[in-house]
Amino acid sequence: MPDTTLNDVNSESGAYNYAYLDEQTKRMIRRAILKAVAVPGYQVPFGGREMPLPYGWGTGGIQVTAAIIGRDDTLKVIDQGADDTTNAVSIRRFFAKVADVGTTTRTEEATVIQTRHRVPETPLRDGQILVFQVPIPEPLRMLEPRETETRTLHALSEYGVMQVSLYESIARHGRISKAYNYPVLVNGRYMMSPSPIPKFDNPKLDRNPALQLYGAGREKRIYAVPPYTPVKSLDFDDHPFEIETWEQACAYCGSKTSFLDEMIVDDDGQRLFVCSDTDYCQERQEEQRQAEQKK
Amino acid sequence: MNGPLLSTRGVTKRFGGRIACQGVSFDLWPGEVLGIVGESGSGKTTLLNCLAGRLMPDEGIVSYETASMGTVDVHRLSEARRRLLARTEWGFVNQDAREGLRMGVSAGANIGERLMAIGARHYGNIRQTASDWMERVELDLDRLDDRPTAYSGGMRQRLQIARNLVSEPRLVFMDEPTGGLDVSVQARLLDLLRGLVDRFHLSAVLVTHDLGVARLLTHRLMVMQGGQVVEEGLTDQVLDDPHHAYTQMLVASILPV
Repeated sequence: MPDTTLNDVNSESGAYNYAYLDEQTKRMIRRAILKAVAVPGYQVPFGGREMPLPYGWGTGGIQVTAAIIGRDDTLKVIDQGADDTTNAVSIRRFFAKVADVGTTTRTEEATVIQTRHRVPETPLRDGQILVFQVPIPEPLRMLEPRETETRTLHALSEYGVMQVSLYESIARHGRISKAYNYPVLVNGRYMMSPSPIPKFDNPKLDRNPALQLYGAGREKRIYAVPPYTPVKSLDFDDHPFEIETWEQACAYCGSKTSFLDEMIVDDDGQRLFVCSDTDYCQERQEEQRQAEQKK
Repeated sequence: MNGPLLSTRGVTKRFGGRIACQGVSFDLWPGEVLGIVGESGSGKTTLLNCLAGRLMPDEGIVSYETASMGTVDVHRLSEARRRLLARTEWGFVNQDAREGLRMGVSAGANIGERLMAIGARHYGNIRQTASDWMERVELDLDRLDDRPTAYSGGMRQRLQIARNLVSEPRLVFMDEPTGGLDVSVQARLLDLLRGLVDRFHLSAVLVTHDLGVARLLTHRLMVMQGGQVVEEGLTDQVLDDPHHAYTQMLVASILPV
């Protein structure tokens, strides 16, 4: 739960307010979040602040997290599915320091999960919040550069142009080649960019029990998908939406259902496929070890 | 349907103190092609933009007889309704095809855009319709997946026409559709347009400065000078027996070949 006590200074962080941002800013962001939740998929402008990390590293996500986090929360941060990359580690340590929260790498234990580019493989539950870091919130941006025009298109739900881009993709490549940031229609109304998650994760957005919040720091927009909201990936009747599949299984945990990263392991071009979600992979390996010990 | 398709009364548009067009009134009947001729700067294009709801006139009304909603005042419609009208019942052919086309996507996608905008979601069907229209406007089917950037000027203009007609509009606004094309290409395009107008029973408002184009395509003609309509009547009548001094000058200045 958010902690709104003024001048609540963490002993370790010295002069900083609780969760880094001042209370007025957090209140402003919470108002934007409430509006975003009330109008699923609609991009709410907010007064984005400078954060102690560069644009493109998660300034939007970190502001949303700062506005909603409280001492009772447990935070998990992932970057491309991994808990142990530089970006994930520093954001986790940042909040441990300025917000005095517990951190975890386990999806089930977390109450707030800030993510870049993945939705965890472990199904989320009621009460969890997934915070996405978004580079380009406007799904129509590459098709229509004018902000006034894209807003009009959203207002009148004129989304034919997005379908045109999918048509073009099939005409050019024989299939819808868009593999990440695959456009979705939220609650049958607003076209939304699901941030650069692989399209593999799109079905997980649909009717997810967790609250999804999206923060774009550079573009200063917040949008949201409330729990159990329908999210539909665009497609054609004769070219339905499909997710990626692999012939291989994860080299570590043997999963055939998770999103796999391809790694080149030596100079001879030897390749290895492993789960992109490190927590999911480790959990499975742990289970397998325990099962073997029982034997 | 008994009334005129498009009806304007006293349409006036000023840009600051400058009058672009003043007190224009006319009726356009179903199946009729109305030409607007006049020299550059006489307010033809401004008038066309006012008719098509792209510009708000300062005075006057433009009413349109829709297929299903009865007669509407084009400038009092909500923006959503006006845009819907513009991409279903209307077409707009620009002089510069680059303004009317999406240059970044293939010809097929350009033709299919209106279909997708009104809810078509079957790739095969959209592509089939696009192919049919490529043929109708005499474009090579091999070029269906090429971008308009790889098209010549005349081909772009054909593509623009196909893109507009795919939704089977009832009324098409054309702004110098043959401007900037060489003469032989112009002739083929005019031939094509005449065929399409006939075949689909289109009504059209055609702006041009080329009296030859007007003679070939239009039934009725309005001559504009300095924002005013100085003469109007049946095309042949106006061109063969011009009354107004300006029209006489226009007709006299056609180069004999």
